Parts: sequence; C-alpha cells; structure tokens
Amino acid sequence: MIEVVDVWYRYPEGSVALRGVSLQIERGEFIAIMGENGAGKTTLIKHFNGLLKPQRGEVFVDGINTKESSIAELSKKVGVVFQNPDHQLFSSTVEEEIMFSLNNLNIDADEARRRMEWVLKLLDLERYRKRSPFSLSGGEKKRLALATILCMKPKVLVLDEPTMGQDFEQKMKLAELLQNLVRKGTTVVVVTHDVEFAAMYFPRVVLMARGRIIADGVPEDVLTNDEILRRASLIPPQATKIAWEVSRELEDFPRKIIRVKELYEAVISLVR
Amino acid sequence: MAIIEIRNLTFTYAGSDEPAIRDISLNIEEGEFVLIMGRSGCGKTTLCRCLNGLIPHFYRGEMKGDVIINGLNTRKHTVAEIAQIVGMVFQEPENQLVTMSVEKELAFGPENLGIPPDEIRERVERVIKLMNLENIRDRAPYELSGGEQQKVAIASVLTLEPKILVLDEPTSSLDPASATKILEIIANLNRLYGITVVLIEHRPELVMRYVTKIIIMDKGRIIMEGNPREVFSHGTFEELGIEAPVPVRLFHMLRKRGLGKMNIVPITEDEATRLILGLVG
Repeated sequence: MIEVVDVWYRYPEGSVALRGVSLQIERGEFIAIMGENGAGKTTLIKHFNGLLKPQRGEVFVDGINTKESSIAELSKKVGVVFQNPDHQLFSSTVEEEIMFSLNNLNIDADEARRRMEWVLKLLDLERYRKRSPFSLSGGEKKRLALATILCMKPKVLVLDEPTMGQDFEQKMKLAELLQNLVRKGTTVVVVTHDVEFAAMYFPRVVLMARGRIIADGVPEDVLTNDEILRRASLIPPQATKIAWEVSRELEDFPRKIIRVKELYEAVISLVR
Repeated sequence: MAIIEIRNLTFTYAGSDEPAIRDISLNIEEGEFVLIMGRSGCGKTTLCRCLNGLIPHFYRGEMKGDVIINGLNTRKHTVAEIAQIVGMVFQEPENQLVTMSVEKELAFGPENLGIPPDEIRERVERVIKLMNLENIRDRAPYELSGGEQQKVAIASVLTLEPKILVLDEPTSSLDPASATKILEIIANLNRLYGITVVLIEHRPELVMRYVTKIIIMDKGRIIMEGNPREVFSHGTFEELGIEAPVPVRLFHMLRKRGLGKMNIVPITEDEATRLILGLVG
C-alpha cells in the first residue's frame, strides 16, 4: 500500500530529517512508528500524502509515485490527522467542519449526510454537532480532527500522536475504533510516544532515531530490545522492566514480556 | 492544621444544569504529595481551579461550601493573594508563557505583585539555580522545546514562593523523556523543599513512590481517598477510567487466582519484582 524506497529529506534550514529510509506497509496493516522528538517520524508521514516529496529516493502510494501526483489526489487515498487539532479546525460548527471535508469529494448530498452522521456517532460527537469546534475540550477536538479525515474514507489513515491528552478509556476506545477500521481493510499508521499503547494494541512497531529506521518488527521483539530502545530514547513498558528485573535473579524468567497479562502468565507457569 | 481545607464544596458552572463537583470535603496537610485520578470530565480540573481562587473569582457559577488555603478563605481573598500560596501549572506550557525571555518570565509574577526589585532579583537567581535554567535564561520561551517550556512555567510560579503547587496534567503534551524530567522535578520540589503538591496525571507510575495521598474522583465526587497502598488494595478501578500501575494490576490478577500470603499491594516496579521473586523463587 505504501512503499518508501531509500528516502532522504533535508529541510531548507539545513537539518537532515530522513537519511535513507525504506519501509513497506501492506494493505490492512496496523503499525506504530515510534522514536523521540526530531527522529523524523512526522517528516516521514508527510511523505505519505505528498505534503513533502523525497529529495532522494521514491515513495509509492497504492502504486502511484508521489512525485507524479498532487496533494489533492493523494489526500483522497491517505488521510493524515496531525498532532495539534487547532491547526486543522476552522469552521463555526462541528457539522460544518465535517461537511467541509465532504464537499471536496465527488459524492451526492445524501451520501455526504450519511457519512457525517456515521462519523459523528463513531467518534461520540453527536451532542456537539452545533457547537463551535473551538469550544470543545482538547480530547474532543482531537476526535473531531479525526472525524474530518475519516469521513473521506481514506485507504490509509495516518495519526500523529493521537493519545496525547487522552485518558485511559478514550485510548481504549480509539484503539478499538482503529482495529475495526483495520479489519475492514483500512491501513492504519500511528505515530506515538506512548509505549504502553503500542505494546497493547499494535502487531508491528517501527522505531526511528536520527532520521533512520533502527528497528521494525513485532512489539515483543522491538520493545524488549534494551540497546535499540536506548538509541531511540524510549523507556520500555512497565511489564518489561519488571520482567527484566526478575530475570536478573531467575535466569529462566522470560524477558520478552510487554503486557501485564504475559507477566501474570509467566508467574503462574512458574508457581506450579 | 491542614494547609488545604475543603468543606462541603459544590460548584456549578454558569449555564450548566449539573454541578461539576459535588459536596467535596478534603484535608491536605503541608508537605503532602497528592495525586488526583479519574476519567476526563470527572471534576479534577474544576477542583484544582477552586484551590487557587480561579473559582469563584474568574469562572462564573454557583459555589457552595468553603475552601481554606493556609488559613485564607478563597471567597474573601483575591486571586493575586492566593497566587502567593498556590502556584498553578497547566497542560499546555506555551499558553502560560507571556514574556520575551526566561528571566523576564520568572520576574513577571513577583513584579505584578509589587515585590521590591532587589527581592525579585534574588528570587529569580535562586529559581534559575534551583531549576537549572542558567543556559537558557536569555532565550525566548517560544524558541524552547515543550519540555523546557514546561520547566519554565513551573519556575515562573516558583518565584512567587508558593507553599503549594497545583499541576493539571503538566506532562500530557510532552514526549516521554521530557515528561520524566518534569515529574522528577516535581518530586524533588516536594521531597527536598517540602512544597505541597497536588497533581493530576494520567501516567503517574513515575511518581507513585512519592505520592502520599491518592484521590479518585467520579462524576464530581471523591470516591476514594488514602495512601496509594490503601487505595489500590481495593482494586484497579478500571471502571472509573483509571489506568492503575502494572504492579497493582498484576497483584489483583494474582490475588484473583488465589495466590495467598499477599496482603501488601506493590506500587513500584521494585516491589512487583520482589513480589514475583517471593512467589516463584
């Protein structure tokens, strides 16, 4: 679905943000991209919808080379929800905000109405439909920004730090929503600092540091690799830290543990 | 005498039918580290606004009951007076910084309160040293990273020499490395300087070992109050929208399984490690 081939990117002021990044994302994948600030995560996802074009290398979206396509064309396939919703919202009501997105598509008024109701319900925004986007709380604004992208039914949905400022329940709801979209064939890419969130829900985790991909695999491998985590300035999940501590005393205690459930199972199996 | 005393406090925002907080009574002693937990919209932020006088002085609505801060009833004292006892730090650092340099930012509060210039200079130097801001003292706040901005926001309330710091999700817009630093700073201010801390934080595992009191809120009420070990011995409170630390969740899973001899709930990773080693070692 997305193919990134040896991409380099340097910002006009001189900093090199991407240094030879290659990445393949298949249709229907659910993938987390992690790394510290300045690692190149946001620069990379801006290449997915053509906001940035590679200075060296190539990016293909659904078979199309982004250099030969426009942002308008690409953004019908790839919807990006950026970190700060304030930069994305501008209409006077929640309904208008969503309608604005839908007006860019070639769909009739009935279909537009249906889609608006669908995302309002899906993102728990129905009761705010007549409110100004700016009167919403931080978490609600983030859900609205997602609604304005989701209503266009993109094949690839990209979210930059969607869990920031969200509580436990909202994170769980978001994860369930994204998993549902994945099950229906949407490709979902999430940029996140939230290591517990990544450990809990994602089958694939990509780690970036200083403009390069330094690890790509299942979270049980990536998030339990001490050296790699250190290079990405990430702290391992709490369950991992406990498993490591225990394994210092008990050699056969498993070290590739990322969730509390696995920690529990490891303890139970040793108690018998 | 408690440094914060709340008596039967109920507050309803103007234009709202339902109270945001209901009949809250609470005592906090000087030097405590208080963590407030609960899902979004449970009343945590409203409660914090009552601690520094923003309620009832800035937010319109109906307030019943009393809040006494260091002996001052917030109804009878201005926000400026209360600001010298309670420093407030919010989620978004950039919205809190108003001047063109870190140094000016630190002097801004005391200048507004008419503190003599010599005294202000002394305080600014003291806080710059305390918070390790020497290398950025001349920088403009907007040029700083989010983590540095939040550090400056904390520093700028410290120059008012508050006895109490109230922090409403101070790390939620920061990356994990910066969030860790900010939480360490908060813990140190409490441990080394005895500042009373009231913190709202969704990911409290980093400070859990310093917390003396947890308050769990739901629908505007305090549901549970006590030291972390007492509170988490009752459960994980998932149904209240709380993400309990992994050691706590592990403990309750094991207890449900009937693994006996476990009366003390682990709060930190070290304690969880010892619990596991005790069971399987």
